[in-house]
Amino acid sequence: MIKNLSGLSIALIATACAAVAAVVLFTFERPPIRTAQIGFRGVAMEQLQNPRTAARLVAANQVPEAQPAADPPVDDADKASAVYENVQVLGDLSAAQFNRIMLAITEWVVPQAIRDNPDSAGGCAYCHNVQNMASDEVYTKVVTRRMFQMTRTINQDWNTHVGQTGVTCYTCHRGQAVPAYVWGRLEGMDNRASIAGPTGQNRATAAINYSSLPFDPFSPFLLRDQDIRNISTGWHPGGNPDDVRISEWTYSLMIHMSQGLGVNCTFCHNSRAFASWEQSPPQRLTSWYGIRMARAVNNEYIEPLTPLWVRNPRGPADFQHGARLGPQGDALKVNCTTCHQGVNRPLLGAPMLRDYPELNQASRGPLRTSEAAPR
Amino acid sequence: MAMLTFEHKYRVRGGTLVGGDLFDFWIGPFWVGFFGVTTAFFSFLGTALILYGAALGGTWNIWLINIAPPDLAYGLRLAPMREGGLWQWITVCAIGAFVSWTLRQVEISRKLGMSYHIPVAYFTAVIAYITLVVIRPVLMGAWGHGFPYGIWSHLDWVSNVGYQHLHFHYNPAHMIAVTFFFTTVLALSMHGGLVLSALNPGRGQEVKTAEHENAYFRDLIGYSIGTLGIHRLGLFLALNAGLWSAICIVISGPFWTRGWPEWWGWWLNLPIWPN
Repeated sequence: MIKNLSGLSIALIATACAAVAAVVLFTFERPPIRTAQIGFRGVAMEQLQNPRTAARLVAANQVPEAQPAADPPVDDADKASAVYENVQVLGDLSAAQFNRIMLAITEWVVPQAIRDNPDSAGGCAYCHNVQNMASDEVYTKVVTRRMFQMTRTINQDWNTHVGQTGVTCYTCHRGQAVPAYVWGRLEGMDNRASIAGPTGQNRATAAINYSSLPFDPFSPFLLRDQDIRNISTGWHPGGNPDDVRISEWTYSLMIHMSQGLGVNCTFCHNSRAFASWEQSPPQRLTSWYGIRMARAVNNEYIEPLTPLWVRNPRGPADFQHGARLGPQGDALKVNCTTCHQGVNRPLLGAPMLRDYPELNQASRGPLRTSEAAPR
Repeated sequence: MAMLTFEHKYRVRGGTLVGGDLFDFWIGPFWVGFFGVTTAFFSFLGTALILYGAALGGTWNIWLINIAPPDLAYGLRLAPMREGGLWQWITVCAIGAFVSWTLRQVEISRKLGMSYHIPVAYFTAVIAYITLVVIRPVLMGAWGHGFPYGIWSHLDWVSNVGYQHLHFHYNPAHMIAVTFFFTTVLALSMHGGLVLSALNPGRGQEVKTAEHENAYFRDLIGYSIGTLGIHRLGLFLALNAGLWSAICIVISGPFWTRGWPEWWGWWLNLPIWPN
């Protein structure tokens, strides 16, 4: 039969076979894999992990060496608020603690390339006028104050989610001024295909595992508080106001959570009854608080700072790099991946906050907003 | 027991793989053979173990009876009987019975001078089962990855395995398997409809023949595969449905640990897209 085929046909068949072989050989993973059992034996509530991928995640989630510890203030004269001018949030720290935190946050937030730039005075100029450190004229300093308050709020009010491990600036920032995993609003963007109207779907992004599910599950659930429950509670149709499309938005959010934490659906749910708390692993509760926490952070801390980023869409005037706004001009906000970055306990559960007790002394009032007048 | 007139034609000696003439006899209408004996042995033992497991389980509700595999912690070792060991031995019995039955089909095929279509077709279902309870668990390093023996519990397993990969419909082999299942149903329904139509013409008309059937399909889709061909096509479609099902589950876990949508990254990363 092969004798009857033209040279072109044979070449086409060979190319097709090579393409299929390449897909089969190069797109999959391989055993051995690592597994962990969550539920009763046999029900397949398991986490799967490729040990090669896991090794890369471990390498990417190491905590930098802690700054040498500093003593707390011995009296009021030793406090940063007495030693320095215009210290509004970290005034209860000793001067030594204050400087320690300044060093740490420079390492955590100011990109290495800018710290290496001699004009940045080792990175200080990223937030300060180095001729007058007390001045608020560089907007990043105003943002940073609010971020200190946010960190304090998360560690004090959201133990339901962050436990005693807590968070530091580094949990999200990892040496970048803008954390690597943030989101801007995509809803409302026209993504129509042929005669279909804009569906908010069919735009592959990492957050939704490159599926065709809605690509912005964050605006409804992590900015607004759209109801996430939509599984029917009765046997008969007609009792559920939600439809399949709304389920897909929920599904999309859930896939984002799985992606962000490097887990699968069975980490929080027994899929035989997604809605049932009685049958769910306890992690689901932590996660429930996490959704509320991300929502609160976005609404109370990120969104109100928008005017500052609108005025400085590429960062401080002297060190412009990287966008501060999403594709539709809104502030870049947090989701689960912002902290988690592919592991179910950020930074693999390293208790980094323990080394920085100063972060728990940031004062939460007065609220610093984008309207804080520069001095 | 009296023999049917045509049974003499089928009662031929020989063709055995094991045991020579020892088990080459009939009990009533049933040929025994070495693998008939092993099938019976494993079936009775396995069923007894299932009943024992059900008795230990605390319920005789047919939907809820559950004989689960061991915890993953046992790896590929034997587990205590009440903690998954029963599942292991029931699995041994099931495979023993299924493979025995396949080999019995082989022997009968040889006895009758037939080709091996029947044992091949049956073994495709058997290998799908073996994939689920042996090949995939071994590749993943623990018997606990097998599915539990219970009507509802095995459905829980199916659901959770699917959700281990976020969205199982993106599994490429699952796509192919589902397509084969639906195509099998389509082909069977079209074939069945055709045969019933040809054999049940309107009152007063003659029963139609294969030539009518061919003419019908040539008019409908421009081609008729023919009376023999439709059965070859049906076998091809059905066996592929089972085969790709086995492939879709054996790649889930051993060869892909993440969400299935993400697997398609290679497609999204081809250098053919505008941005």
